[in-house]
Amino acid sequence: MKFLFERDTWQEVYDSLSKNVLRTALTMVGVWWGILLLIGLLGSAKGIENSFNRLFGSFATNSVFVWGQSTSKPFKGFQEGKQVVLTLSDAKKVEENVDGIEFVVPRNQNQGVVTRNFLSGNFGVNGDYPLLDRVQKKKMIHGRFINQSDIDDNKKVVVISEEIYKQLFEKDAEMIGEYIQINSINFKVIGMFENGNVNMGPSSDIHIPFTTFQQIYNQGNDIGWVMITGKPDADITQIEADAKLMLKNLHRIHPEDDRAFGSFNLGKEFAKITGFLTGMQFLTWFVGIATLIAGVFAIGNILLITVKERTKEIGVRRALGATPFEIKRQIIVEAVFITLTAGLLGIISGGWILILIDTFLGQGDEAIFVNASVPIAVVFIALLILVVLGTLIGLIPAFKATSVKPIDALREE
Amino acid sequence: MLKINKLHKSYPIGDSSLHVLKGIDLSVDSGEMVAIMGSSGSGKSTLLNIIGMLDEADEGEYILDNVPIKNLTEKKAAIYRNKFLGFIFQSFNLINYKNALDNVALPLYYQGLKRKERIEKGLFHLEKVGLKAWAEHLPNELSGGQKQRVAIARALAADPKLLLADEPTGALDTKTSYEIMAFLQQLNDEGKTILIVTHEEDIADMCKRIVRLVDGVIMEDKFVEQVRASQYV
Repeated sequence: MKFLFERDTWQEVYDSLSKNVLRTALTMVGVWWGILLLIGLLGSAKGIENSFNRLFGSFATNSVFVWGQSTSKPFKGFQEGKQVVLTLSDAKKVEENVDGIEFVVPRNQNQGVVTRNFLSGNFGVNGDYPLLDRVQKKKMIHGRFINQSDIDDNKKVVVISEEIYKQLFEKDAEMIGEYIQINSINFKVIGMFENGNVNMGPSSDIHIPFTTFQQIYNQGNDIGWVMITGKPDADITQIEADAKLMLKNLHRIHPEDDRAFGSFNLGKEFAKITGFLTGMQFLTWFVGIATLIAGVFAIGNILLITVKERTKEIGVRRALGATPFEIKRQIIVEAVFITLTAGLLGIISGGWILILIDTFLGQGDEAIFVNASVPIAVVFIALLILVVLGTLIGLIPAFKATSVKPIDALREE
Repeated sequence: MLKINKLHKSYPIGDSSLHVLKGIDLSVDSGEMVAIMGSSGSGKSTLLNIIGMLDEADEGEYILDNVPIKNLTEKKAAIYRNKFLGFIFQSFNLINYKNALDNVALPLYYQGLKRKERIEKGLFHLEKVGLKAWAEHLPNELSGGQKQRVAIARALAADPKLLLADEPTGALDTKTSYEIMAFLQQLNDEGKTILIVTHEEDIADMCKRIVRLVDGVIMEDKFVEQVRASQYV
C-alpha cells in the first residue's frame, strides 16, 4: 500500500484526469448525485421520524384504550342492550391475568364547572392515578403531578394544563398553592404542565386524584375507560383481544359480541406509521444505492474510453518496463479516486441540503423535519461502499488496458 | 551479448499463416553497432520486436546476456525490458503530458527509484543529449530532433545493455537524422551495443555491421567501414 503515499502515484492520477477536466467532472456527477440522494433522503426520513417521536415521545404508544358500551347479543339470560360499565376490579384482573401487560391505567372523566374568582368555564375533569404520568408523560412547568398520598387521603388537589392556567389566571400570576373551584369545591393547584402536541382520547387539561373523583362524582368503583399499555416487545393486538375476552367473561357477555366494548388500539395505528417510515428508509437506501451503482458504472465506462485512448501510451510504458500489475494498479487508483472524490462532494452537498431543511423546515414546534440528520456511521459505510465499488469497477478498464499486447499497443495510432 | 539460433515466427492470417522469420541465426557481441536492413515485409521489425521481448518467437533460441529468454510472463518481460533494453522508436513515443525530464525518468520510476534519484539521473542523461535546458518543456514544445534526443535519453536512463532503435531517423530530415546518428555513434564509441532497424542505406553505412533480411532469412551479414556521421553535421 506504500504506493498510495507516493507523490508519483498521485501525479499520474492528476495528469491523467486533468487532461480532460470536463469529462472527469461529468463522470463524477453520477456518483455525486447518488450519494446526495442517499444522504438527503435518509436525513429527511430521519427528520420525519424524529418529529414523529417528538410528537408521541411522551406517550406510551404500545397501548390500547378500552371502554364499556352496550351488548348486541343476548347471553346467559340477559337481553341485548345491557349497559356495560368497567370497574376497578376489572382493571386489576386484566392486569393480573393477561400476558405482556406493562400497566393498566383506570381513568375517569366527567364535565365540571371550574371557577376561579370571577372566571369560569366548563371543562372535562379527569380522575387519575399517578401511573398516568408513566404512560402519558406530563411535562411539568411548575409543581408536580398527583402522587400516591393524594390518592390515599382523597386530597382535593388539582393539576392543570398551561391552557387552563391561561384561561383562569391573570398573566404571570402565581398558581401553585392557589385554589380553584370544581363544581363549587375548592381544589388546591399543585402543578401545571405543558400542553402536549397530541391528545389521545378526551381532553386532558384538568387532573384530580382518582379517589377524590370517585367521591365528588359519586362514582363508586366504576371507571370510564382503561388504558392498557403493553411491554415494549409485546403484541398489542393480542393483548387487546385477550383483555376483551376476559372482560366479556367477567361481565357475562357473549364471546362474539363485538359491540359490548369499544376500543382504540393506538399501538396498531402507530405501527402503521412506523411501518411507513421504515418502508421509506428502505426505499431511500434502495434508490440511493441503485443511483450510486449507476454512477459507478458511468465512471467505469469513462475509464474504459480513457484507457482505449491511452492504449499507445500504456504500450510505451510497458516497453519501458511497467508491469501489468503497475498499470492495473494505476487505473484502479484513478477509479477509486474519482468515486471517492465524487462521493465526498456528494456527502458535503447532501449535508448542505440537510442544513437547508433544518433551517427552513426544521424550526419550531410544528416542524415536519426535526433534526434531519444522518449518523456518521452511515457516512463511513457509504464511503466504504464507494471504495469497494470503485475498485471493482476499476478492474474492468484495468484488465482491458493490459489485455492488449504491448506490441499491438505500440502500433496503435 | 546476444545470441539467436534458428528463430521462427509466423502470424496467422485467416485460415493460413504468414511465415515471417524463417530460421534466423544471429550473434551480436558487446560494443557492436548493427544495422538490420530489409524492405518492408522482410521481417526486420518482427525480429527487433522479438529481441525487444515485445513479441515471442514460435521456435528457436534467444539468449540475451547469458539469460535464455523464453516462456516469459508479462511481468517478467517487463522487468527484463526495464533492466536490459532501451527502446528508441520512429515516432519517438514520448508521453505528451509529461515534460522532457519526466519522460526521461519514467523507466527509473518503474525501477522503483526514489524521486530525487530519478531527477538526478534524468537530468544527467538530458545533459548528455544536450537538452538539460529543455527539461521542463513538454514534447510538443520540442523539434523532431530534440524529441528523438529526449527519447534516446529515456532509453539510456535505465542504463540498458542493449539499445534497440526502430527506424530512429524515419521521421526526421536528413540533417537531423545525421545528428541523431552522430550521437548514436558516440554512444557506441562509449561502449553501448546498438541495434538499428532501417531501410536507408546511408544510415546503415553509419553502423559497423549490416545484416540484410529478405523474406525472413538473412541474405547478407557483413562488417563495414563505418561512415562517421559527424562529418556531415
